[in-house]
Amino acid sequence: MVSLTHYLTLGAILLCLGVAGIFLNRKNIIILLMSIELMLLAANMNFIAFSRFLGNPDGQVFVFFILTVAAAEVAIGLAILIVLFRNRSSINVADLDDLKG
Amino acid sequence: MTIQEIFFYLFSIIMLAAATMVISVRNPVYAILYLILTFFSAAALWILLEAEFLGIILVLVYVGAVMVLFLFVVMMLNISQSRVSEGFVKNLPLGIGVALVMLAEVLMVLWYKNQTGIDNYPIPVPHEQGYSNTAEIGERLFTAYLWQFEIAGVVLLVAIVAAVALSMREREGVKSQSVPQQISADKRDRLELVDMPVEGVEKN
Repeated sequence: MVSLTHYLTLGAILLCLGVAGIFLNRKNIIILLMSIELMLLAANMNFIAFSRFLGNPDGQVFVFFILTVAAAEVAIGLAILIVLFRNRSSINVADLDDLKG
Repeated sequence: MTIQEIFFYLFSIIMLAAATMVISVRNPVYAILYLILTFFSAAALWILLEAEFLGIILVLVYVGAVMVLFLFVVMMLNISQSRVSEGFVKNLPLGIGVALVMLAEVLMVLWYKNQTGIDNYPIPVPHEQGYSNTAEIGERLFTAYLWQFEIAGVVLLVAIVAAVALSMREREGVKSQSVPQQISADKRDRLELVDMPVEGVEKN
């Protein structure tokens, strides 16, 4: 049977794919945003699996709020991206070195 | 192998393959399409976990709105492919290494002596017929989590305002309406009475 461990393993693999995506696509902010989405999805997967196996629907309510915040984050992130592209004609992360960090 | 297991492995494999494609394809449009497939498979898995409401919400809100927003932005920006994906090969060993180390750590915790497996958390029984996942979440959302629900609404409002304010710009040569100017308009600024002889009437 599919146990809680299976779902947690699935979430862990998904999170690691998101982390690998952040490392691999250092140049493209859009893919970075998508990798963040993958990691959020992994967290949500764990929440729902625990909610099901503990018999407590509060986890699903939490996922609902995470989805809300993630949608707001994507909207603002893409707006920043558009302003960035308008000012620089580039979305390369390496070009954003104004702060000399 | 039960039907749940077959579907779990089917959707898991599709989801992980699609997620791998998201981070490895060069074209961002293809990456978004694969991300849509990832979310769709995740929604199927959530429905397998009897979280039907969130599965549908994931399809409607994420695939229907957020991913379309991504597609819209990517197609609007028209990024040159070659410049953006340079450095992929250089970061490949580091990225895969860090991801594999993280995965190994988590798997060691998860599978060591079956800590979170069937022994501690038994397979839950399916809900009885007539159970409504939406009703249960809605009841919690509007009683115990009402305050948080209102805050979530405010967060979305702030996001709307921020996105509009960020992406708005003043353009030259565009006729636009200025409400304060309209309200403060006064007769003395605009109307001038000029004395001039009346034409077309003969003087007596």
